[in-house]
This record gives sequence, C-alpha cells and structure tokens, in this order.
Amino acid sequence: MYRYDEFDTRFVHQRAAQFRDQLERHLAGQLPDDDFRALRLQNGWYVQRHAPMARIAVPYGELSSKQLRALARVAREFDGRADGPYPGKGGFGHFTTRQNCQFNWIALADAADVMDVLAAAGMHGIQTSGNCIRNITSDCFAGVAADEMIDPRPYCEILRQWSTLHPEFAFLPRKFKIAVSGASEDRAATAWHDIGLVLRKNDDGEIGFQVRVGGGMGRTPVIGTVLREFLPWREILVYIEAIVRVYNRYGRRDNLYKARIKILVKAEGQKFIDAVEDDFQNILERDVDGSAHLLSDAEFERVAAFFTLPAGVAPMEENPAQHAPASSKPVAYTRWLERNVHAHRLSGYRAVTLSLKRSGQPPGDASAHQMELAAELADRFSAGELRVSHDQNLVLPWVRSGDLPALWQAAREAAFATPNIGYLTDMIACPGGDLCALANARSIPIAAAITERFDDLDELHDIGDIDLHISGCINSCGHHHSGHIGVLGVDKDGQEWYQISLGGADGSTLSGPSTTGKVIGPSFAADEVPDVIEAVIDTYRAERSGAAERFIATVRRVGLEPFKIAANGVRRTTAVHA
Amino acid sequence: MSALGAARDQMRTVPLAGCAARPIRFVVADAPVDFVLANDIDVESIVADLASYRSIALVFPKWADGRAYSQARLLRSRFGFKGEIRATGEVLADMMPLLVRTGFDAVAMRADQSQEVAERALSFFPEGHYQGDAIEHQPRFRRPSGTSG
Repeated sequence: MYRYDEFDTRFVHQRAAQFRDQLERHLAGQLPDDDFRALRLQNGWYVQRHAPMARIAVPYGELSSKQLRALARVAREFDGRADGPYPGKGGFGHFTTRQNCQFNWIALADAADVMDVLAAAGMHGIQTSGNCIRNITSDCFAGVAADEMIDPRPYCEILRQWSTLHPEFAFLPRKFKIAVSGASEDRAATAWHDIGLVLRKNDDGEIGFQVRVGGGMGRTPVIGTVLREFLPWREILVYIEAIVRVYNRYGRRDNLYKARIKILVKAEGQKFIDAVEDDFQNILERDVDGSAHLLSDAEFERVAAFFTLPAGVAPMEENPAQHAPASSKPVAYTRWLERNVHAHRLSGYRAVTLSLKRSGQPPGDASAHQMELAAELADRFSAGELRVSHDQNLVLPWVRSGDLPALWQAAREAAFATPNIGYLTDMIACPGGDLCALANARSIPIAAAITERFDDLDELHDIGDIDLHISGCINSCGHHHSGHIGVLGVDKDGQEWYQISLGGADGSTLSGPSTTGKVIGPSFAADEVPDVIEAVIDTYRAERSGAAERFIATVRRVGLEPFKIAANGVRRTTAVHA
Repeated sequence: MSALGAARDQMRTVPLAGCAARPIRFVVADAPVDFVLANDIDVESIVADLASYRSIALVFPKWADGRAYSQARLLRSRFGFKGEIRATGEVLADMMPLLVRTGFDAVAMRADQSQEVAERALSFFPEGHYQGDAIEHQPRFRRPSGTSG
C-alpha cells in the first residue's frame, strides 16, 4: 500500500496545525460558528445530534494495522473518554459505505489533539466533508481481486494527491464524490458517483478510463452519464479539472437540493458535455503550463511502485487441505469459506472479509478492542494490511490459503467470523437518528430487529444473496435506492416511518445494471418493518423459479404486485393508511 | 485619508511558500477598482477589454461560494491578465491560501477580519502543495525533488 514520504508526512502535520489554529480561534470566541463550520467540515468535523462527529479518511479503503491501531486509540482515549463531556458513551468507530471511519462522541475541544494522533499514523480528515472533492473510493479488493483487469490504487493515490487542498475546488456548489474501479465486477458503485471511473484497455492494449459524470442518490437518484468511453490515463487529472471547473462555475447554488452535479448534467445535457470538452481543450492548448498535470510515466511508476506485493507475499502452491472433502470440516467453517473467503489473483492466496454485521452491534461498528483485534489479525495473516469495504466490513487482502483454518479460529474468537457476507444480515445502514442530526428516523434499531429476526444461518443461506440497504433519511447514506430491498426513514408529524422499496441495483453482476428501487406503498411503522421484510422474503421464496433464482431476479421477473400484497398484509399501525 | 491612501498604507509583502515574495495588497472594502465582475458572469465575456483594466474585483457574495476562485484562475492562466485581481465581498482571513493560489493578489476583507490571522493563514504549508496552481504551475510530481512550490 501507499506509504507517506517526508512531504506527505509533513503535509498532514501542517494540516493538523492549521486546523488547531482555526479551532483555537473558535474556542476563544474569535471565529464564529458560521465562519468555522466550513473549515471544520473540510477537516471531517461535524456537529451532530448529541456531540461532534469526526469522519476520518481511509483513502480508497486501504488501511495498515498501524493506522487501525491509531483509530482504536482515538476510539478508546477520545471517543470513549470517561472524564469527557459524554461519559458512558462512545468507544467505537463506525465504518461507512465511503470506506471512512467515523467517531460520534469526541469533545470538540479535543479535536486538534485527535488530528495530531492521526497525523502521526499518516491519517487525517481532509475533505471528508464539505462541498469539496471527497475521499476517493474504490473496490475493497483492488489489487487482489481475481477479476481485476487493472489495479486502480495507483490512480486513486494520484487522484488523492491532486484533489487534496485543491485551491480552486474547495467551495463547490455541493459535495463531490469520485469512485474508481478496475475489475469486471463493479464493487465501488461507480455509476452512483459524481464521477465514476472504470479502468479499461482499448484495442491497442492502452490503459484508460470510462468516465461517467452525474450519478448520485439523495432526493433525485440518477445513474451517471458516460462522457468518455476511453480517456487515456495520462489525461485523467486534466479531464477531471475540466469537469469540476464547469461544475464550480455553473452548478446551482440557489437550492441545496439541486446543487449536485447530477442536476447540472441532467439540465444541460449535451451543453454540459460540450463545456467540459471545451475546457479540457482550453487547458491543454491555451493555459499557461496547461499540460503540467498530464501524468508522466515517471510519476505513474513512482506511485505504482507502492502497490507491488507486500513484503513476504509471493504466489505459492495451493494448500492441498483446501481440497479435502467438505464433510471432513465443521459446517460453520465451510459456510465461512463460502461466504467470507474470496478468490485472489495470486495462487495460494485469498481475501477474507471480517464481518462487522452481527447481533448486538450496529452494522459497520467496531469497538476500540475489536479494532485492535482486527489489527492483530492483519499482522498475523495479511501482511499488516486491511481494507474497508463499501458494504461496511473489514477485509484482510493477503491471506495464505493454508492459514485459513487458523484465521477462522482467530476471527471467530474476535466475533468477526459470522458467515453472512452477501446475505440479508450483511446489510448497509447509516447511523440514523440515534446519532445523525439530518436523519428523519433511526436506522440502528431497524437493523437490529432485522438481524434478530433473521439469525438462523440456514435460513439466510436459503434466502441467498441479497442487498438490504437502510437510510435514516433521503440523503441516502445507507444507499436505500440501490438496495434489492431499500428501507428509507421518513418523518411525518414528528414520528418515524419507513418507506420500503424493491428492485434497486448497485451495478454489480448479481444486481444487474444500476437502477433505483421502486417504493411498494405508503410508509410502515417501525415495528412493522421486520414483518414487512419477512413477508417480502417469504413471497420471494414462494415465487422463485428455483433455488438458483436470486431475490433480485424474482422481483424483476414477477414484478412488485405479489410483494406489495404480502407487505400490506402485515400492516397493523398503518392499516388505515394502506 | 482617502480609500486609495488607506489601501497603499496597508500594502504588505507576504512571503509565500517556496515562491519569490509576492506582494499582497490589503485594501479597504470601497477602494477604487477598474472593473467589478460578478461571480455569475463569464470571464470570457470581458476578455476583449482586459488590456484596459489595471485591476479587477471578483466577488464572494458569501464566503463559501467558490465561483470567483475559478474566475481568478482563468483570468491568470488562460487569459494572461497581469493586473490586480482583488477579492471582495465576504472575504475571510482563512480564505487566504485559496485566494493566493488561484491568482488573487489583493483582498478587501470583511471588516471584522484580522490581517495578522490572514498572514498567518499563508504560513502553514511552507513546502507547498500537491497540485500546481496560479503561482506554482507545476504539480509536485513535476517539480525537481527538494524544491517546493
């Protein structure tokens, strides 16, 4: 993985010092809330329902064991601080769909100290919030996936550096998210991003990007428009500069809900595309030193050198024990091999998901102790490296197949071995109304109730692959639009209600082309949601053409009607509305 | 004291990261200027007249409205404007690094802002940044190693 050089290291410390200066002026009453807000946001500091929230960047999801220990230290010493303003709270981190890590109970007065602790581990909260280019996200199996064509990580790092404190693009109309994928399976939901980049080769074997612009969720879910089917890799920074400049100049600023680039792309259509192409040409042909940001071979090679195999990792013979008959192994282990262990591009290696979806803890949460355990597993089994997945789990990318039995034991002891990856309980959920100031309704109790209802692994296995996504409000942090089953919290008369949608897709092979789910009727009461999910799942099991037909395929084949009828059948509180 | 005089009195030379010292003019809000360009007007529309302006004021109606950064960048890098580019409107001391790096060389800060804070705001990244900008055109990967920008 990328390792900071002296410039990078000093840079994050300089950023931490700049933030400390701003924070101190704020705490001293010299920098009012309205002026401080955008400054703290661009360092990852929100003020939430009960306390500040810190969002720490995990660039394209890559994390070293040392960095995870730094996050654990923040969870323990700052988030879970017994003598702080929130005693009895916190002590955990929350991994997000954008591969970041959030803390919910840190006192703002400690914020600069937290940034220093993180800077010492090469981490920061730069541009994890605010109307700027956010943390670049990618495939959690980047560099290890068996279906990868081109490793996206060097490009992600180059984009990270280019976008970091870009002076022209710090105050865009709205936030701006870029995702990059290089595999045949899109595990980064690229079509749902402001810019979605997919690496590919042309007929001459040259590397470039398919460039999509204007995808997004929220109130107006849109799939990104393809601007270029093949943009040569050297031109990527210049082309993105052109896109973001057109957006900065012409994106709407009069209405928060119409300010994302997707609205500009939809409203202007070809005119938007022409403006981007014009600016791109102008940069290269007219601007002083306009070609300075064309990538060079030397720069690509410098960065790519960080993404060669970690020390001690080399292709090896498959462990013959892998091929022993399944009957000789515990069922739980076999299930874990099926669900949590993934094909690898290196022979003799696997990527292993540490499930953060288990009863008793919100999806994506890990306590300080659990983070330390995961760091230890990474050191023992994965060359000290981890990934954060879009689905809010941790991944060990470099596991020797011969180590799988030992890893399974150790992961079980640390409660990371729930063999549910891709199943109903491997759901995506935002923090919701328990913590988030924007939320209309809580997500965590809904997730907990569903996890409890579907705690039988045989049943989960029978239901098979399915994406359940839960958002506490229309901002869609829980990606409800792209869930095969989507749950959206809505507020009516100060009460929590939940809209259920079916048939959304994130763009993966299983899900089919990216599309928005359709709402199946009026909202449900919180206590009805687990019953609705159960009714919908029962309908699937009754309607499916065979065991091989996945939930999403059945929904597409039979349509929403039987699901609607089943869902309406469980209404109690909302029976009068139905 | 005339507004112009006030402006002249407050001229400072602020050392910028790795670059030859560049003068930043701190001027009062109503200091005279040759042309005021609203932030929703295309820079392209005034290109024919640029040679006749010694100074252009760009406007931040709210400080978090970043359109004028692109206007300044275009004036400098695309249209070769060599005169003064002044930040006006709601200009805060903490905007200084962005202003200077996109090509502004004069600021009329909001009345409650401190020039000392503004100058300090320019001091945090003495070794420069990753990407090129209006002053240091080369990104870090094209700068000779050991130099900053």
